This record gives sequence, structure tokens and C-alpha cells, in this order.
Amino acid sequence: MPLEAAIAVHRFGLGARPGEIEVAGADPKGWLVAQVGAADQPRAPDGSVFPRSGVLVRQEQEMIAQRRAIKAGDPDARKKLAGGRLKIFSDEMAGRFKLGFTTKRPFAEHLVWFWNNHFTVSTTAGRTLNFAGAFEREAIRPYIADRFENMLLAVTSHPAMLVYLNNNASIGPDSQAGRLAGKGRNENLGRELMELYSLGVDGGYTQSDVIALANILTGWGLDSNAPSGFGFFPNRHEPGAQILRGKSYSPDLRGGIQAVRDLAHDPRTARHIATKFATYFIADKPTPQTVARLEAVFNKTGGDLKALAIEAVEDDAAWKPKPKKMRSPMEYVTAGYRMLDLPGRDDDGRQIRDAMVSARAMGEFPMTAPSPKGWPLTSDAWSGPDALLNRIEWAKRIGGRVLPGFNAAAVAAQCLGPLVTSATKVAMARAGTQGDALALLISSPEFQRR
Amino acid sequence: MKLNRRSLLQSFAAVAALGAGDARARFAFAATPGDRRLAVVILRGALDGLAAAPPYGDRDYASARGQLALQTSGMGALHDLDGFFGLHPSFVNLKMLYDAKQLLVFHNICSPYRDRSHFEGQNVLESGGVQPHLLQDGWLNRALQPMGIGSGDRALAITQSPPLLLSGKVRTGSWMPAVMPAPDKLFLNQVRALYAHDPVLRDSLANALALQAASQNAMDDAQSMTAGSNGQMRIGGGFGSLTPLFQGAGKLLAASDGPRVATLEASGWDTHVAEGAADGQLARRLQALDVAIDSMRAAMGPAVWNKTAVVMATEFGRTVHPNGSGGTDHGTGGAAFLFGGAVRGGQVKAEWVGLNSGALKDGRDQPARTDLRALFKSVLAEHMNVPARALESKVFPDSASAAPIKGLIRA
Repeated sequence: MPLEAAIAVHRFGLGARPGEIEVAGADPKGWLVAQVGAADQPRAPDGSVFPRSGVLVRQEQEMIAQRRAIKAGDPDARKKLAGGRLKIFSDEMAGRFKLGFTTKRPFAEHLVWFWNNHFTVSTTAGRTLNFAGAFEREAIRPYIADRFENMLLAVTSHPAMLVYLNNNASIGPDSQAGRLAGKGRNENLGRELMELYSLGVDGGYTQSDVIALANILTGWGLDSNAPSGFGFFPNRHEPGAQILRGKSYSPDLRGGIQAVRDLAHDPRTARHIATKFATYFIADKPTPQTVARLEAVFNKTGGDLKALAIEAVEDDAAWKPKPKKMRSPMEYVTAGYRMLDLPGRDDDGRQIRDAMVSARAMGEFPMTAPSPKGWPLTSDAWSGPDALLNRIEWAKRIGGRVLPGFNAAAVAAQCLGPLVTSATKVAMARAGTQGDALALLISSPEFQRR
Repeated sequence: MKLNRRSLLQSFAAVAALGAGDARARFAFAATPGDRRLAVVILRGALDGLAAAPPYGDRDYASARGQLALQTSGMGALHDLDGFFGLHPSFVNLKMLYDAKQLLVFHNICSPYRDRSHFEGQNVLESGGVQPHLLQDGWLNRALQPMGIGSGDRALAITQSPPLLLSGKVRTGSWMPAVMPAPDKLFLNQVRALYAHDPVLRDSLANALALQAASQNAMDDAQSMTAGSNGQMRIGGGFGSLTPLFQGAGKLLAASDGPRVATLEASGWDTHVAEGAADGQLARRLQALDVAIDSMRAAMGPAVWNKTAVVMATEFGRTVHPNGSGGTDHGTGGAAFLFGGAVRGGQVKAEWVGLNSGALKDGRDQPARTDLRALFKSVLAEHMNVPARALESKVFPDSASAAPIKGLIRA
């Protein structure tokens, strides 16, 4: 079994499903490159397609109206409404988990995870619970092999982002609505759009640029009549051209779109994205050469994300045999489920729910990062004592579920192949039960990493 | 500069004149860990200091704060501290600590960071450098050896992995209330053998196992944080309950052979929208923090609490004026807190310059008149006997401008 195939499946993919290393075996790089296209869409637990954002915006507005109608002294009814939102999010994430466990395009799915985390929308404040799943489906999945500017525009105009970073509450102080209501702008999206999503914190912008971009984005809000859920509201838009980083933008939607596109094409953005991409897929501290290659291809192709992904695959630094990057809890749970071909065919959703609770207990759950910076990209975030103990406890629990006749050594050979160390093989052979042998495999240094 | 009649910080020049020789003589026995306890609480997301500790006596307070101004009487009135500053109405337990002279409040205080990125601000706050990413480890980790702490079981992060603040050369522990049943010892020993040649995982696991025993009784009443009884996730509740974390920290710190230093953190302070005044999202979050702090005090018991200092800080403050959506945006100066039985409390320390636009940084932020490193250095020196030379050269390099503030800790 070729080492390269195992590396492709574990480092760029999401961990091997039975037989996957053989599939990748003939041409591991070709296997990865062939996956780079618009990502697949998850389905709801009942198999149905999730609704578009326009529908969700309308639902949210109805919920808010209902909430207002409920008397203040009726906490049960309020709780029930909140529970409805939670169920929408929980179902979306269940679909996403399942896709991660079963997909035959794991590199595409891994790219989705990267970009989702880069453009973090978190549900921790509750207000985005309805839209978070739609955010990934509509603003990330279609664009992972598209141009960065298109993804940046989809992200910036998505209801989830507009709610998360408060742009729907940002009103131009001199706009019609601003003068009437005495309300004003909110800097949150303007700042993070440059600091986190495009230029990077050292991207050479000032506080007045933050204010200019916030002004440019005033009026970008939620419209339940649009299928996308997005609407531009001129009465909230700050009048007058805005100067952002030395360039003037017209006070309308067109000016805003141009500003987002210009940010996407800035060389600082290329540098920022290249560094994060290399840190996520290749090494906690990528070499300057790796970053420079990715940066160059981003600049040369005008931000073609397909070219970026292929360039990473082509980098020799990505093919070092020893796995260096600690799997995040999502990657860890997913690799475990893929190796064991879970959930089984007739699973009623329990296995998925269990994986969701486990990932969260280990410290990571999609779209619940504590801040817009997202989940950390480097290994030290996931190797702390308490984090590690939780992972080992989970491994032991998974081991406790194997059925009679299970052969851990065979699974190790099939799904890790040349990556399994002899120390792990020896320890597994000495284990008292097949379940313990599996738990040791899942706990092993080579399975903790990718 | 208009100085307020409030208790002012010592002039930096006067403190600097004390010299390092004096500190060395006083802390000759600093090589072994004493039985003092230090906790550092990071409030991630930039706490609104004017909400937490309102300067209600400032003549511009009500007009500058608008809808965010707190009332001084009636329902939801702020707690008065000294006739000028107050505490947010949610800070019921902190007010009691203040009255017991166990709480100091600092205002117009900030790390040396002057831009407005959360993540850079937190990096400076935790690394102790003058700029983001200048130092790769945390100031609290660099202070461990000078405190006499050379190994992981004396310094503990109440997070899954230690934050930057506590990361560095000295390996440190981390603990959270258990969410899964622990596997048996036999199995863990097998895993330990498997990690023998993997330094990162080996040390991490060894540390976790050492703490496991110590934390048994801390786990007794800490609730499971993630899975409800029916296995359904709790996501919508927001940032999670703080009480199990603070209470667990209190119990672990109470052990005579347990950790002496702990870090805690709480997020949920980034109030860009609908911040609220006496009531609302920030009020609820402050209440959760207040209750959690009291649970830590109770878990320690009076004897250990009397040897304890807790310093609580955030990456920067928020804008003085409300923004267009009833919240506040990223600012500069803010509030910090020092409390515990070992603290010489009952004062607000601030170089106050008023809230009129001319006094504000860029016309919008509270100015940074005191360097947070001055506060951290004093606590490390007076409470944990860290020698002055280590503070200046190792723990907080390039911090000469931030001389320690004297007299924060009871002798």
C-alpha cells in the first residue's frame, strides 16, 4: 500500500474509509485534484433539502413576531420558540456531520471546513441559529473552487453574516433612516471583513478605513422577499462617496460590491489567505517557500481557489510521511467514524447525535467558535491535558462498542496502512480485547494527527 | 491634565525610585512556591468598563452614555463605591467584596496595545509584550519559575488547553469539569506507554492524570457542560455556564498540595448590539460572572481565600458613546479588577480625566492612563514574591514605563 495514498487520504482528506486508500492508490494527487469543484450539499436527517435563506429570514421574522406576542410572563412558550431555532441548527449540523462521515470527496469537504472556519459565523449569541447552516450551504459550498472575490461577496452579503456581525443593525448616520431614528453605524462587519476575512490584521488599514467600509456596507440587510434573503436598503445607506484605502466608492450597492471585490484582489489578502491555507493543510508553521508559492498562485490567478488547492497538493512539503498536525476534534471524530464505516446503514440518527455531542465535549463544534476569528488552526490548541484526556476517553468508549468478530489489526492495516507505527501494532496485539485494541489505535499518536 | 480627587495612582517616578535592591531583600525566599494563590481571569471580547464600573459622578457621564447610563436610585440602581465610581447592579457579590475591603477597581487602564483588534489585543494582554506576536509565550508562564514553580502540577488553566497567558517553557496543566466517564487506569497506562516517544502527548497525558486525582471532589458538583440528560446538545444558551469552572478552580486551588496559580476565562463581552444598561445581555453576563466569582470564593473556604488574589482584565475597553445599534464598538482604556482575601481593597484607582470628547482618545475611547502591566507586576511582586529583576527582564521585558503600583496586597 503506497504511503502517498495514505497521506492523501489522511492529510488532505478526512481520514480513510475502508477501501479508500486503494481508490486513491493509483494516483493520489490526481485523486485529490479531481475532487476540487463545488462541494456537495448536506441533506436533512429525513432526507429533505434544506430551505434557502429567503425562507429562513421569513421564518425568523415570524418567530420574532410570535415572541413579541407571547406575554413576558410565559417563559415556557418562549423556550419552545428558542428550541425551534436550535432544532433548525441541530438538523443542519447533523446533515453536515453525516456528509463528513460518508463523502467520497473528502478533500472537497475538508476545503468547506477550512473556508467555513475562515469566514466564521458563530451561533453562540443565538441570533444566527436559523441561518448558520444556510450560510455554509449558500456562501461556502458553491465557491470552494471558484474565485475568492465571489466567495467573499457571497459571505459578506449573506443574512447569517449580516446578523452575526451586526451589519443589519448598522445605519448610515446621515441616511434617511439614520436622521429619522437618530441611529448610526456599527463597525463590526467593516472591521472584521478587513482584519479576518481579507487583508489580515497587518493589512495596512486604519480606523478611518474601518469607518469608511462600515459606511459602505450600511444598507446591506435582510429581505424576506428575496430568495437569497439579502436586500439593499437605500434609506439606511450613508450618503456621499466613501474613501476606502485611498479609493473612492459610490454610495450605492454597486460601490459596496466593488469595495468587496477590491479587498479580495489586494496582495495583502493573497498573503493572508496563503498563510492560513498552508497552516491548516500543511504545517502549523509552514515554510516561507510554501506560503510564497500559494501566495503567488493566488495573485497570478486573481484568487482562483481551485488553483490554490491544487498548488497545496503539489507542494512537496505536504507529503512528509510523519503526521505533524494534531487533528481538531471535528477531524478526529470524523476520522474515527470514517474508519469504522459509521453511521451504519440503519442508524436512526443516534450515532450522528453521539458524534455531535462528542466533538463538542472535546472542544469544537462547527459554527460555535467563541469569536469571529474561528477555531484555532494549530496543534497546540488541541493537545492540552484536558483536551487529550477527553479524546482518549472517547476512543475508549468507541472501543467499547465493537461487535464480536471485530478485528482491530485488520482495520488498522486497511485504513492507516503504512502510517501505523510498530509501537502501536505491538500495543494493539497486547491489548486484552479487540475493543481495547481499537481504542489504542484511535488514541495513538499517528491517529491523533494527520 | 485635570486630575480628579479620586485616589490616584502613585506617580511612576516615585515608585521607580524604590529600586530593585529593596525588592530582593524583601523577597529573599522566593525560590519555593509559597501557599499564596493567584488566579488570572481573562475577559475575552473587550468588556465595557464604563458599564462594569460606571463613573456616575462624572458630569458628562449621563450625556455621554445615553441609553447605556445606569441610574443611581430606584430599581436597577448601580452600587455606589466612593461617591464617584460605582459598580454595575449585577455585581452584587463584588460590591460585598469591595465593602469588605477585598476589591480594587482600576479604570482608564489598558495593555500597551493601541489598535482595536480583539485578537491582537488578547495577544498583547497574554504575552506581556509591547506589540502583538513579539513574544511567543505568556507572561504568567515566564513568572512561574521566579515564583518557585517549575512543574505543571502547580499551575493550572481552567480550559481544555492552556491559553497563551500560561503557555511557555514551564509545562502547565489544564482542567475542565468532566464531560465523559474516565477510562480505567489499566487502559490509560497502555496509552501512556504508547506516548513514551511523543513528548507532546506524553507530557500532556501525564499532566492530565496527575490532575485527575486532585480534581475528584471538584467534579462532584460541577455539572456536565455539554450533554443534557437526553443527549441533546445545549447550544442556544450562549457562552456556557461559568460557575462550574470557577467553582472547580476554587476547589483545586484550595488543596494544600495543589496548584497555586490558575487561569480562567470568560467570553461574551463583545457587545456591539443591544448592550443594555441595568437589564439586558451585558447585565446577564455580568451577573453570571459575579455569581461564578462568589462560587470560587465559597469553594476555597475562608482560610485559602485569605491567601488569594484574583486579577481580572480584558483586552481593551469599548467606545464611550453608544453606537447606532444600542451597543458599543472597540475602544481603548477600560476597567480591571483585583480581588481576594489577600487584597488591600476598598478603593477605585484611576487617573481620571473625564468623559468629555476632548479628554477621550480619538474623541471616542476612554484613554489608557495606566498600563495593565503595572497592575500585573505589582501582584506578581507583592503577592507571589517574584523578584523585581525577573519582572523587568524576563516576565515583562520593555516595561520600565509601567512601574508596579505599590500597596495592593496585604503584607
